[in-house]
Amino acid sequence: MGIAESILLTIATAATPLLIAALGELVVERSGVLNLGVEGMMVMGAVCGFAGAALTGSAWLGVVAGILAGAVFSLLFAFLTLSIATNQVATGLSLTILGLGLSGMIGESFVGSAGLRLPSLHLPGLSDIPLVGKLLFGQDPIFYMSIALTAGVIWFLFRTRTGLTLRSIGDNHSSAHALGIPVIRYRYLAVMFGGACAGLAGAHLSLVYTPQWVENMTAGRGWIALALVVFASWRPLRVLAGAYLFGAVTIGQLHAQALGLGIPSQLLSSLPYLATVVVLVLISRNRRLTMMNTPASLGRAFVPDR
Amino acid sequence: MKRIAIGLAAALAASLSIVPAMAQEKIKACFLYVGSKTDGGWTQAHDIGRQMVDKELGDKVETSFLENVAEGPDAERAIERFARSGCAIVFTTSFGFMDQTVAVAAKFPDVKFEHATGYKTAPNLTTYNSRFYEGRYIIGQIAAKMSKTGVAGYIASFPIPEVVQGINSFILGAQSVNPDFKLKVVWVNTWFDAGKEADAAKALIDQGVDIITQHTDSTGPMQVAEERGIHAFGQAFDQIQAGPKSQLTAIEDTWGPYYVKRINAVLDGSWKGGESSWDGLKDGILSMAAYTNMPDDVKKMAEETQAKIESGELKPFTGPITKQDGSEWLKAGESADDGTLLGLNFYVKGVDDKLPQ
Repeated sequence: MGIAESILLTIATAATPLLIAALGELVVERSGVLNLGVEGMMVMGAVCGFAGAALTGSAWLGVVAGILAGAVFSLLFAFLTLSIATNQVATGLSLTILGLGLSGMIGESFVGSAGLRLPSLHLPGLSDIPLVGKLLFGQDPIFYMSIALTAGVIWFLFRTRTGLTLRSIGDNHSSAHALGIPVIRYRYLAVMFGGACAGLAGAHLSLVYTPQWVENMTAGRGWIALALVVFASWRPLRVLAGAYLFGAVTIGQLHAQALGLGIPSQLLSSLPYLATVVVLVLISRNRRLTMMNTPASLGRAFVPDR
Repeated sequence: MKRIAIGLAAALAASLSIVPAMAQEKIKACFLYVGSKTDGGWTQAHDIGRQMVDKELGDKVETSFLENVAEGPDAERAIERFARSGCAIVFTTSFGFMDQTVAVAAKFPDVKFEHATGYKTAPNLTTYNSRFYEGRYIIGQIAAKMSKTGVAGYIASFPIPEVVQGINSFILGAQSVNPDFKLKVVWVNTWFDAGKEADAAKALIDQGVDIITQHTDSTGPMQVAEERGIHAFGQAFDQIQAGPKSQLTAIEDTWGPYYVKRINAVLDGSWKGGESSWDGLKDGILSMAAYTNMPDDVKKMAEETQAKIESGELKPFTGPITKQDGSEWLKAGESADDGTLLGLNFYVKGVDDKLPQ
């Protein structure tokens, strides 16, 4: 395996959980709900994914457990913010805190135990093509799921009637309600989809990225996923680009250090965040374009008046 | 956003996990952890020390702890909470708690404080440290024997003296076996992020490193080493479970006896502040995990070096040593004094990195 190929593979592994979690949050925000609990749902997905795999002996069942855990955990957020209209920012933050604590408790007996790894794809012949073989045909299944998910979200949001309805709810929930669209039901489903995605991203961490369970193993990746959604101005393809850019800068700076180029490591470490800021500044220069994509009722509580 | 979340988490943790004092006659010993008590590394080693206090002094002492406390302003609140809640002695177990411990110690002259790995003391504040670098010298020697490429990779956390000592001691050990041995360093700027540490290990291996050593706390790098079929060293804790074929040995921290000794000193009134304790291999504050996955001659060399360090015959920082820039640091036979080591801020020759300042 050449060094270029190896670097590309590492970047893909680093970008995949960010991409999946950000895509989920994108759908949630497109429906007008701001869920800051991504980190909490992700870490729940990580611990339940690991536990599921360890208890059943099947990494695939672990993935399922991770997805379910994220979705079920997000229901708590959905109930609080949608059914009893609590503040979304505060509820999302508490979901993160609760998730970090709860996952530590659930995972206590799994710390240090050997993890199961989700096997990577291997197609004889195809996987052995130099440079791109492993990248295209030899990665872990969740990588392929993340690409399919990107395509699926684009198709759903911009090519289906349900997607159009979801976006209209995000833009103006009162009008949508007046038209007879079940706003709350749509948002429940969107939030659960976001939770399932965050759970899958977490399962990727504990079953592929570093197959082990340690407390707080998400280490802020949920927050990066949240930032990516804004960075991408709520466009799925830009989320993909952003996740890979972030992954590339993160891995690139480690390589720059190992090469001994003599660039200060603190500067290199801050590069991914600097890149985010620069892109944010660039895209927000065109106010009209930014506004066009921002869900207008994002973060506002909805109480049906009749 | 993340800051707020961490702050809230710390506040929540603070309100939940302090165990209220049960009996009046018992004194309270409190421990502040930077990571999770089951991190499989640094913090777990401290927690095992705390459990030893429970076991040996359980009838006279009650322990409590706070885990996952972020370094910085949050730590000050947590330490102050300890001081207010009636702790007789507070151990703060991360370098980054230093200034916060100093600040709270000044406010509570009747409470005794002990800060790990720092260099600031006060009349009621003592520091304690472990000569981790003695272990690093041994693993450097092993690395030089076991490496085929002649290059090792060092995953470093923050450019503080303890880590710089580790890097220098490792390369000095390695060069005592192979004078041309090289060391690549990657700073991840975190103590604990399994994913990032693993990425750093992959980057180093991709660039031709075939031995990994880490100065961070998760088992991520050990796992990568196992996967890629190269060797690595455990940090703070025996990580053989994460790398049954990879781990050559681990530098294990053993804080328990020190904690028991110091709390006994509080009980009999002989505890003194303003001191700095810096124990090493001979005192048992650190030990080497079983030497595995290596030929017998390498194992024998490692054991001999360990014995020499324990007897005081070998001091890793003994001249002739040249700095990275080529100037002389120590003349032949001259050993570095503790003051210089505790403020160490330069590399010795052979490190393929520029030290962040």
